[in-house]
Amino acid sequence: MRVLVAMSGGVDSSVAAALLHDAGHEVVGATMKLWGGPSDSGCCSVADVRDARSVADRIGVDHHVFNFTEEFSAGVVAPYVADHAAGRTPNPCVECNRRLKFSALLDRADRLGFDAIATGHHARVERRAGRWSLRRGADTAKDQSYVLSVLTAAELSRVLLPVGDLTKAKVRSLAATWGLVTAAKPDSQDVCFVAARSSAPGGGRAAFLGSRIALHPGRVVDATSGDELGSVEAVELVTVGQRRGLPGGAASRRYVVGVDVAARSVVVGEPDLLLCDEVTLESRTWVGDELPVGTACTVQASAHGRPVPASLTATGVRFGERARRVAPGQLVACYRGDEVVGSGVAC
Amino acid sequence: MTVHGHQVGAEPSRAAAGPTAYLDNAATTPMLHEAVEAMLPFLRATFGNPSGAHGVSRAARRALDGARGELADVLGCEAGEVVFTSGGTEADNLAILGTVAGRPGPVLVSAVEHRAVLAPARAVHAYIVPVSRHGVVETGALAALAATARSLGSPVTLVSVMLVNSETGVVQPVQALPGVLEADAPDALLHCDAVQALPWLDVASLAAGCDLVSVSAHKFGGPKGVGALVVRGRAASVVRPVLHGGPQEAELRPGTENVAGAVAMATAARITAARRSATVRRVTMLRDRLADGLVEVTGALEPAPRALRVAGSCHLRFPGVSAEELLLLADARGVAASTGSACASGARDPSHVLTAMGWSGAEARESVRFSLGATTTVAEVDHASRVVADAVERLRA
Repeated sequence: MRVLVAMSGGVDSSVAAALLHDAGHEVVGATMKLWGGPSDSGCCSVADVRDARSVADRIGVDHHVFNFTEEFSAGVVAPYVADHAAGRTPNPCVECNRRLKFSALLDRADRLGFDAIATGHHARVERRAGRWSLRRGADTAKDQSYVLSVLTAAELSRVLLPVGDLTKAKVRSLAATWGLVTAAKPDSQDVCFVAARSSAPGGGRAAFLGSRIALHPGRVVDATSGDELGSVEAVELVTVGQRRGLPGGAASRRYVVGVDVAARSVVVGEPDLLLCDEVTLESRTWVGDELPVGTACTVQASAHGRPVPASLTATGVRFGERARRVAPGQLVACYRGDEVVGSGVAC
Repeated sequence: MTVHGHQVGAEPSRAAAGPTAYLDNAATTPMLHEAVEAMLPFLRATFGNPSGAHGVSRAARRALDGARGELADVLGCEAGEVVFTSGGTEADNLAILGTVAGRPGPVLVSAVEHRAVLAPARAVHAYIVPVSRHGVVETGALAALAATARSLGSPVTLVSVMLVNSETGVVQPVQALPGVLEADAPDALLHCDAVQALPWLDVASLAAGCDLVSVSAHKFGGPKGVGALVVRGRAASVVRPVLHGGPQEAELRPGTENVAGAVAMATAARITAARRSATVRRVTMLRDRLADGLVEVTGALEPAPRALRVAGSCHLRFPGVSAEELLLLADARGVAASTGSACASGARDPSHVLTAMGWSGAEARESVRFSLGATTTVAEVDHASRVVADAVERLRA
């Protein structure tokens, strides 16, 4: 097959490219330039591109840099900012997969005559009983099926995830064996286009959002008594379920149970106030056919969150037993066993 | 050592077995055979440092002086007015930063200059002159900006306009500049970035009114890593060095001279100038053949009338087609072309030239620069025409 490998400059996609080349596929590497102006700071930095190119040279395959900055800005960054402005908690990595890697890049690969694209995600695409399925990665600690749960069978049919069968340790040892410069490179963390928090101006989420939208101080109100307990600097940066950074400190065992940006208020309360029975989902996707209401599944509400038993409802999922509320904007992935069946965004 | 049984470090497999077409001469040109031969003695026996006093050095000095005179003939200046540099970018930086160092003040540059001019200009204080929709510098606006600067009590110290645009091939009205500036900036030095012009135009006459002229060897069959800045007349007493450390190049550019490069550059310049008329006639026909064919088959659009552009320029926009994708498909069949400029990561950036001409980002991303050169053949043009037409059809499917 002719395969276009999305090479971020990290170890997983490096090994993905090497494995596919080894298996006899015609491999071309591509690094997506997603962010960064003239300085190429942040995501897909010049150093990451250099690493990807070095790995491609080492393997002996061509490598290109694709400029997707406009698509990324419109499809990922702008919604990320708008969601925060509306008091939601977006997951830009999911949107990048949905709109960039498995959309814009996949379309480009089609036009350029590739049979498939590949990435270094830890998850497994398999054809089971005549249909395409997405399963958790073999390394459960590194499993990334959650951020891929927005994909459909039509997309999965053109996607290869070569490291999904391997542990991260095995990936690193293969990279070291083959002398790839990325072998010991640290895993990427956090939101790639937001500079890591530092003393330098412009670092951190608050500075990133603060330069794009107005951030407003908010009152912190007790859910039960209605007492005003203090304030937060920016209500747009507060997330349902958050505990840190609230007046009174962690000793109070209070959590954010509600955020109202328009009213500039944050409601806090005891942890059991966070418990709920169900979650309504929007932007629902199904890997295959839509499953009937009542279907039993497990759901996961963050990249490495604990899966909890649930069942499908007409509008979302109902938890088997009361569970922590999912912050609006967060993705909820639904599984049967270790197989993804679909996803939706919490309202 | 092997990775998966493949030779490590081997050239990536490229589909270059069939016919190829090199249509990226605005990026760089293959070296003239004569230029290669001319430089070899200075990489071997005649390796001396021209600054020394002994025979080994004197031989190198003679060669460097000869090269300086040879290049001066082509550029229409005196030998003593040629300052060799490491290339066009350094020449542009020396012209702008060196002028401002000698006589502080704002500079006036066109919006379509190469980044080697725009970036140093912006680093000091730049007025940016707009261009027409065809990418021609608006001399009226230029005069108005010069008047503005004067009225603010800080007249422009330097005006920089390129002779030929690197992306569109549009020739700029450099000859008109002294007249345009007469009223409001008569003392401003004139710099002309002629890096893209030498293969196609008589730089000596067109830039005769300019105090500073930049050229780069590898754009006309010379080696990379060598260029020159003409510094003449009133500029000589203004321009200061940007780098410090030695008296070489009339104390404007320190560092041991690149003798081999200078000799090869002068050789390439002399041959290019001698053949220019014939080259322009031949390449114009090839360019028209390529552009006419692609316009007819694909409905491609041209950003500016060909009459405004140099012979080697075939700049086309393919509506509905991503230039990035078109270039990848073309490359796979041996056709080398480009969009304008690349960023540090190697990604293709939206062109500031097309943006200045009023194009949207989407339109700019549909445009491709095919640039022909003195070595371009009919076979190359016809191969490229077929490959590009096929690719456009496929990408629109």
